[in-house]
Amino acid sequence: MVTQGRVLRGAALAAALVLGVSACGSSDSGSPDGGAGNTPAALEGVGPISFVTGKDLSGNLQNQIDEWNKSHPDQQATLIELPEDADAQRQQFVQNAQTQSDAYTVLNLDVIWTAEFAANQWVEQLPESEFPLDKLLPTTVETAKYFDKLYGVPVDSDGGLLYYRKDLLDAAGLTPPTTWAELTDACGKIQPTNPGLQCYAGQFEKYEGLTVNFSEAVNSAGGVVVGEDGKPNVNTPEAKKGLDFLVEGVKSGQIPAAARTYKEEEGRRAFQAGELLFHRQWPYQYAKASATDGSSQVAGKFAVAPLPGLDGPGASTLGGHNYAVSKFAKNKKSAVDFIKFLVGEDQQRANLEKTSKAPTWAALYDDPALVEKFPYLVELKKSIEKAEKRPAVVKYQEVSTAIQSAVYDAMGGTTSSEDALKSLQGKLEELTKQ
Amino acid sequence: MSTTTEAPPTPSPPPPRQSRRAGAGRLAAALVTPTMLVLALVVAYPVLAAFRLAFYQKKDGIDPETGLLEQGETFVGLENFTDMLVGDAGDRFRNALFNTTSFTVVAVSIEVVLGVLMALVMHRAFKGRALVRAAILVPWAVPTAIAGLLWRWIFQADGVVNKVLDLETPILWTTDGFQAWVAVVIADTWKTAPFIGLLVLAGLQVISNEVYEAAKLDGASPWKTFWAITLPLVKPTLLVAVLFRILDTLRMFDLPFTLIGPGKDATDTITVIAYEEAVKFGKYGPASAYSVFLFLYVAVVAFVFVKLLGADVLGTRAGKKGR
Repeated sequence: MVTQGRVLRGAALAAALVLGVSACGSSDSGSPDGGAGNTPAALEGVGPISFVTGKDLSGNLQNQIDEWNKSHPDQQATLIELPEDADAQRQQFVQNAQTQSDAYTVLNLDVIWTAEFAANQWVEQLPESEFPLDKLLPTTVETAKYFDKLYGVPVDSDGGLLYYRKDLLDAAGLTPPTTWAELTDACGKIQPTNPGLQCYAGQFEKYEGLTVNFSEAVNSAGGVVVGEDGKPNVNTPEAKKGLDFLVEGVKSGQIPAAARTYKEEEGRRAFQAGELLFHRQWPYQYAKASATDGSSQVAGKFAVAPLPGLDGPGASTLGGHNYAVSKFAKNKKSAVDFIKFLVGEDQQRANLEKTSKAPTWAALYDDPALVEKFPYLVELKKSIEKAEKRPAVVKYQEVSTAIQSAVYDAMGGTTSSEDALKSLQGKLEELTKQ
Repeated sequence: MSTTTEAPPTPSPPPPRQSRRAGAGRLAAALVTPTMLVLALVVAYPVLAAFRLAFYQKKDGIDPETGLLEQGETFVGLENFTDMLVGDAGDRFRNALFNTTSFTVVAVSIEVVLGVLMALVMHRAFKGRALVRAAILVPWAVPTAIAGLLWRWIFQADGVVNKVLDLETPILWTTDGFQAWVAVVIADTWKTAPFIGLLVLAGLQVISNEVYEAAKLDGASPWKTFWAITLPLVKPTLLVAVLFRILDTLRMFDLPFTLIGPGKDATDTITVIAYEEAVKFGKYGPASAYSVFLFLYVAVVAFVFVKLLGADVLGTRAGKKGR
């Protein structure tokens, strides 16, 4: 029996050796060049389509699809849900494109993927005249463009907000800070009487959120990460001031050390536990921090304001999603009609009411009934209108990883912000050269 | 005499045996073929494909007019391998190689000590032994990715570990640095020491009781008994267990990835950076080069281990001794 066991283990060893290295998929060998002029080829084909999106946490998507299906019996849409994690979603979209499968028709893409998907010709160029783009917030439409061509239609947006403890600021007779200096002052006045209260946190773990927070800091100090011309420009005094806001914050304790492990949810827990005076966060926190079931210690005690900057209000980084049409799908005309249906005012209103997702339809932000229900809409519109998109580069994943590396090390104190930016500039030039 | 007439038949018996053997050989080949085909498909093909990919790179030129990417891949010779050893990507790779190796050496050493102790405890007859055995094996039964998440929870800034340590400034275990490396070693030890314990226990159970009785009669101390009897007799099993752990740890992915997160210099292993290159950046060339390197590294370590320490992985020792 022992011998048999050994033989089995030997076989297992051989298999383990081999499997260890064979986990790599094969790459796509390339598709014939689809002639892309300035006017997109007409998208044709009517029939059933699929709508592929990250996990639908709201539960409203199926309702929307049912409504479409009722009025389009010959163009039934089916919902395909991918994992909640954005990286996992992207991985599946990419694999679908590499195998040129027609399983996915309409894709729900994160705004940061536009350049990559467009440049690889995984998504179709869309005819601008087909969509009510002038009714949407202009900054969100920009996120769907690559080399001045439209590759998606923005359907929800996201902008950073400064959550603050209104009760504490009111008690100290302060208004929400519009500059970083005011933020520091406010902390200096309020913290001494509130032991255990930390000043400021954002998303500083080494992941996409750090790229977002760094870009915001740089933009808010008047700098750029990657300019309009597609060239990186981070080795500047403005960018240094932006990075220093984060680096000095950690050094002085204005940003608690623990915040370097925060993603969205860790930070939200800290804010809801009443441990943070200021918190840079997305709109989704508003509903959760307002919960009165005991999960939030700060319900009714906080409010939101635009992000502060160096000399005045800062600029948020733009989040959100665009709907795109897969290059390899059938029934592309149905896909365009389906996107038109979802992006319309009625659907966006219903979606906002049910899911509190930030719409792209500009007029919804000024609707009194909605503003009463979602008080943060006023600040959010300001945030999104002023927001900057993240670098629109093909190798976005590598660019973002390089940014995270540089910023994470600088915030950890292992490199100076000057050196970090200098070497980051070199890496970004390498990654964006054409 | 009949011997002359019988001479010819002497060579004749072999032919039928040979043909019977050949027939049996053909039958065996026919029977084994399906298995070999499946193995070729799921083992040989991926390995060869990875080797091929390691010599290619995806084109990444961008058309300045349309912004569209060039399609296809180019043959780059050994560039993926030279990039790996020198230059910017080289730093990252050498760092990952160091992590992979240091995890293996340190974690496996600790696991061996703890695993043997566990086995000795499990081997003793006492009340509640079944319960102890089951309890020791629980970590081994938890999927590694889940264990990684559980440990992340334990190690987070306001987690259990920091509550227990009760330091002035809590340790940020999951931030990049030596502490992250330690966290991975702790979690890996917790997870896999029972594996060594289990295998060693099996080895202990085949040691005859008479040997111990003889030692007792000769007045050997428990310490002496352990070094002179238990360890040598359990060594073949132990070596196989250690070899398995070494090969496993060289391929470590789940713990650094889920517990600390990718992109941390202190804990990125070769598999983590290969995953990042392939899945995140779509650069299958460098990723395959990393994998091929790891493949060879693992093979060499296994070979050296078997040759130097004589680990009897394939159970051939008994046969050799018989000769």
